[in-house]
Amino acid sequence: MAEVIRVGMSEIVVSRSPNVLAAVGLGSCVAVCVYDPVTATGGMAHIMLPQNSLSVEVKKPGKFADTAIPELLEQFTRMGAALSRAEIKISGGAQMFGGDNHLLMIGPRNVEAVERLLAERNLKIAGKNVGEKSGRSVRFDLATGLVSVKMLNSPEVIL
Amino acid sequence: MEHVNKLTSIQRDAIKEVCNIGVGHAATVLSQLMKKKVTMTVPRVNLVALSEVGDILGQPEDPMVGIYLRVFGDAPAKVLYLFPREEALFLAGFLLEEKKGTENNRNILGELEISALKEIGNILTGAYIYAFSNFTELNLITSVPALTFDMVSAILNTVLVDVGTSSDFALLVETKLTACEVKITGHFFLIPDAGSLSTILKALGVKGQWPKSSGSECRK
Repeated sequence: MAEVIRVGMSEIVVSRSPNVLAAVGLGSCVAVCVYDPVTATGGMAHIMLPQNSLSVEVKKPGKFADTAIPELLEQFTRMGAALSRAEIKISGGAQMFGGDNHLLMIGPRNVEAVERLLAERNLKIAGKNVGEKSGRSVRFDLATGLVSVKMLNSPEVIL
Repeated sequence: MEHVNKLTSIQRDAIKEVCNIGVGHAATVLSQLMKKKVTMTVPRVNLVALSEVGDILGQPEDPMVGIYLRVFGDAPAKVLYLFPREEALFLAGFLLEEKKGTENNRNILGELEISALKEIGNILTGAYIYAFSNFTELNLITSVPALTFDMVSAILNTVLVDVGTSSDFALLVETKLTACEVKITGHFFLIPDAGSLSTILKALGVKGQWPKSSGSECRK
């Protein structure tokens, strides 16, 4: 029976078909989805911040891009998935509050950090829906590998 | 870095009291603005895990208007107002009518309504911070308000994202403001930054230290 597993801020979840991983209310956060079509295994990280700037002791690696990406890929391969077959899709990183306040740049910086960290591991991004102004809800179907992105007032996007 | 994961009941009550005074002031101003009676709930002090914060107001994908202000000074914090869309438009109508006497069934969140709502955020926060700083003798100033209309969880997650730099929990002091006859219910959040809590508690003469435990148990 397919189960919908919520991936909250700073969390990383890996699972198998037919489950669905869901990140609800992505604002400036970025959801990174990785899928192995052969074993129908998938993982999602709900990343909050680009890097561990204060280098505090990290209890939740999913929180920062520079700890979330390695941890996600580690858990993904430990489930028997092959990195060589990995399809990676990313969504989020919006700037919801225009105007002049310090929360402004976290969204784009998150996207930039995720893209850099994946490129460093020469992992290609198969699909992305990032930036702009509105929040997103992402559903990652591990039976098909499809990622659907829902926004408040625009049509659903399928990656 | 302080570990804000366990609050004694004395500390919790002290925060409730000072926020009660602040919101009371804001509620009075709101009722004057709307010429309607405004009631408010006693503030709820909650330590919420960042992974769950998007769900604290029921349906995470419900669309709401969020008015967000930054508080600077001795105890930096964030202030967030959340109103369901229709209620936000109704509220904007009061201010706009005040100025132009237009009738009141607007349903688009246009530039006019957005600036009216930001103005309301400014007025209420000004009243709140005035009472709060008087009571604590901390000096505080607020930023320009920012506004968004989106899924409530996306608003909460975005406002709280930088709390994550130093903690896995957010201290939320939540109050519900209700303008009775016209049934406008708004949620008002004060979110002290890391470090501000001990400043506020010291200013209230409450022992500022709390048990520095490593556990991350979170009490609802």
